[in-house]
Amino acid sequence: MEAGAATRRARPEVVLHGLRTRPRGWLEWLTTTDHKKIGILYLFTTFLFLILGGVEALIMRLQLAQPDSTLIDAGAYNGLVTVHGTTMVFLFMVPVLAGFGNYLVPLMIGARDMAFPRLNALSFWLLLFGGIAFYCSFFFEPPQAGWTMYPPLSDDVFSPSGGVDAWIFMIHLTGISSIVGAINFVATIHNMRAPGMSWGRMPLFVWSILVYSYLLIVALPAVAAAVTMLLTDRHFGTAFFDPAGGGDPMLWQHLFWFFGHPEVYIMVLPVFGMVSEILPVFARKPIFGYKAIAAATVAIAFLGLLVWAHHMFTTPTPTVVLAFFMLSSFLIAVPTGIKIFNWIATLWRGQIVYKTALYFAAALPGLFVIGGISGVILAIFPVDWQLHDTYFVVAHFHYVLFGGGVFGLFGGLYFWFPKMTGRLMSESLGKLSFWLMFIGFNATFLPQHSAGLSGMPRRIYDYSDQLDVTVYNLISTIGAFILGVGVIVTVVNVLVSLKGGKRAGNDPWKGNTLEWFTQSPPPPNNFDVVPRVRSVEPMKDIRREVAAAAVPAETVAQPAAPRSL
Amino acid sequence: MPRRFTRCLLTAALAAALAVFLIAVPGASADLLTPESGGSPNADDIDTLYKITLYVAIVIFLIVEGTLIWSLVKFRWRRGGPQAAQIRGNTPLELGWTLAAALILVVLTVVTFLYLDDIENPPPSGPNGLRADQARFASIDQPDPPRSGGPYLTIGVNGQQYLWRYDYAGGDQLFSYYEMVVPTDTTVVLEVTASDVIHSWWIPELGGKVDGVPGHVNKTWFKIPASKAGRVFDGQCAELCGDGHADMRAQVRAVTPDEFEAWAERQRADIREAGEALAAQRERREAEGEVD
Repeated sequence: MEAGAATRRARPEVVLHGLRTRPRGWLEWLTTTDHKKIGILYLFTTFLFLILGGVEALIMRLQLAQPDSTLIDAGAYNGLVTVHGTTMVFLFMVPVLAGFGNYLVPLMIGARDMAFPRLNALSFWLLLFGGIAFYCSFFFEPPQAGWTMYPPLSDDVFSPSGGVDAWIFMIHLTGISSIVGAINFVATIHNMRAPGMSWGRMPLFVWSILVYSYLLIVALPAVAAAVTMLLTDRHFGTAFFDPAGGGDPMLWQHLFWFFGHPEVYIMVLPVFGMVSEILPVFARKPIFGYKAIAAATVAIAFLGLLVWAHHMFTTPTPTVVLAFFMLSSFLIAVPTGIKIFNWIATLWRGQIVYKTALYFAAALPGLFVIGGISGVILAIFPVDWQLHDTYFVVAHFHYVLFGGGVFGLFGGLYFWFPKMTGRLMSESLGKLSFWLMFIGFNATFLPQHSAGLSGMPRRIYDYSDQLDVTVYNLISTIGAFILGVGVIVTVVNVLVSLKGGKRAGNDPWKGNTLEWFTQSPPPPNNFDVVPRVRSVEPMKDIRREVAAAAVPAETVAQPAAPRSL
Repeated sequence: MPRRFTRCLLTAALAAALAVFLIAVPGASADLLTPESGGSPNADDIDTLYKITLYVAIVIFLIVEGTLIWSLVKFRWRRGGPQAAQIRGNTPLELGWTLAAALILVVLTVVTFLYLDDIENPPPSGPNGLRADQARFASIDQPDPPRSGGPYLTIGVNGQQYLWRYDYAGGDQLFSYYEMVVPTDTTVVLEVTASDVIHSWWIPELGGKVDGVPGHVNKTWFKIPASKAGRVFDGQCAELCGDGHADMRAQVRAVTPDEFEAWAERQRADIREAGEALAAQRERREAEGEVD
């Protein structure tokens, strides 16, 4: 007894005066370097941009509901086309994945934060200010040359307003944000995985974020160079893209699409990763062909770097080049097909639990396959000569990026919301949202295939009633509003569930990966003990051991000594 | 089983909605899923190539959606149902579908290359086309002549914000704007460029689009069958080119070779007259001291 008291007395004093107190309230959000808070900042900001981009789309759809509509004029319409595309690509799809990645990657690999927490905060703030810089153009004149910003139209002669410069500024800011974020992901994933988590045991979502990061690092410098050249063309007298000065507008297209096509895979691969996490959990089965899916992710990324000129089939380009890019585009269909078959095989002979997250995740292969098939049709370059720059293409990439991208993202939102907030989202509102979005989405974009085939080009504010596309456009507009209501139902669901949702507990879905091991929402340090990973589904092992030993999960996890701390 | 009932109902409603949509959409149902064609052999070949691909696509679509929906319905969770099968993969199956996907693409590649020559390279003009002696337009110094020679008409197409200018090759100056007049059964080779921003020439029924890029010349062709004489084919610019992009329309009017000759004579005379009027005006203004 005496000895025990002595040891207690000899314990070092806890010193607090050297510690800075953590700021509270909004100041905490401004100064945070916690990957979870940054992740939530990302998600909040990008969903705001989704809503902005969505409203822009709805205004365009209203304008196109009838021929000879006078709601907005050509300049305003071209501005909306440009701002909608730019917002969805640069300010929603790419950064929302950085948001999910930020929140989930350290949790999934059993790390306590990202490798460079301050750099991580820098990424977010650069994104936010990039978005603000871009939207400031609304106070003078937004750019009107399309999100692809082809010169000579985007040169100072044809686009004298500062809108294009705001766009260039935004590309630079969000580009630096993405590259910095990507380097952070690479460093984190390579170095900070839990003990035992070899490459073959890494969650597929983490695989996809790793590939996303490498693609960003490879592809973004091309567009950064291109927009810098455009900036000097506009203001400092160079002629990189001006044929009168010895330049060539084709150079822009090659540089832009060398970035722009990998960008497509940057936007969808992490969503595929989410679906590869969600489907097995609700099918109560392991993912079918883990290695094939991881390998397909890498293969798609590699091939994705070799297909850029399929956006340029109608430009003056030799046939042999067109044929090369047709074949390389065909090749991508193989690993993509593998993923779709693997997801279906994951559902096969499962015990599928119908939660909202599963609805969205299972809709992805069903919708993406339509975008994939129309993609193969478009890859055949003589056929593309008819379909290029028509609504068929608009339908194609919305099936890929909305059907494949946003549906998967919403699945991810419903799946991980309980982990982020500790609350479950309403299932009935979720399913209502799903069906509205599913019906609205198909009603919007299915008829657009036919509108394009009938000869309706993209990016026109008005069309003739001679063109036989009136009814397609009307259906499309009605569908777009149903889709919009569906998205709003989910927004309401999020707001309601934040405070009023049922308590989720640590692991509401019986998940497979480490984020379900910690509390919901996770504490600032994520894990008090980091479990040793023995398979690709560490939580399954832990649950099994808990069931066998009838002791709390924390005890079973066996802290792996100082290395993981 | 009210929930299952609701689900069945929803599935049925969706299927019904899709069916109604596919059937009830007005306009020729044949055109619902195929590109425009009928004005030129290359447009027809593209249409055929597209249809072959579409048939393959429909089969793949039905297989994928069928297995997906069937799995979702058949393997839903039931109280007391069988345990989920803990399958982690099946190498022969995975290799099988990889090879099958690759094989389909090989087939599509072969089919594409079979049709490519006919789509890309213009055939010679037909017997009822512009005759060689009429066709002073058939200049021999043009690159890429039709496969087996023969007369053809070359037209330079120049996109400008927001109209198209057509310069007919050879002989006296002959040009027009907006409406391109061409003889039927005659191979017409277009050399497309642009003088300000990028435009894209596209008359859907006459084949694919080609971008007019400043500093480049891009080629396409069409050959309107004799039976289509008198038809006007509409199209519009397919590359965003500024505020007037939606209004940048174009027309191709197909006429018989004789009518074409007559039109060309009139047009030449008009252009000559306009030139003379301009010269006269300049002389008058010089005389009046308005210009130096």
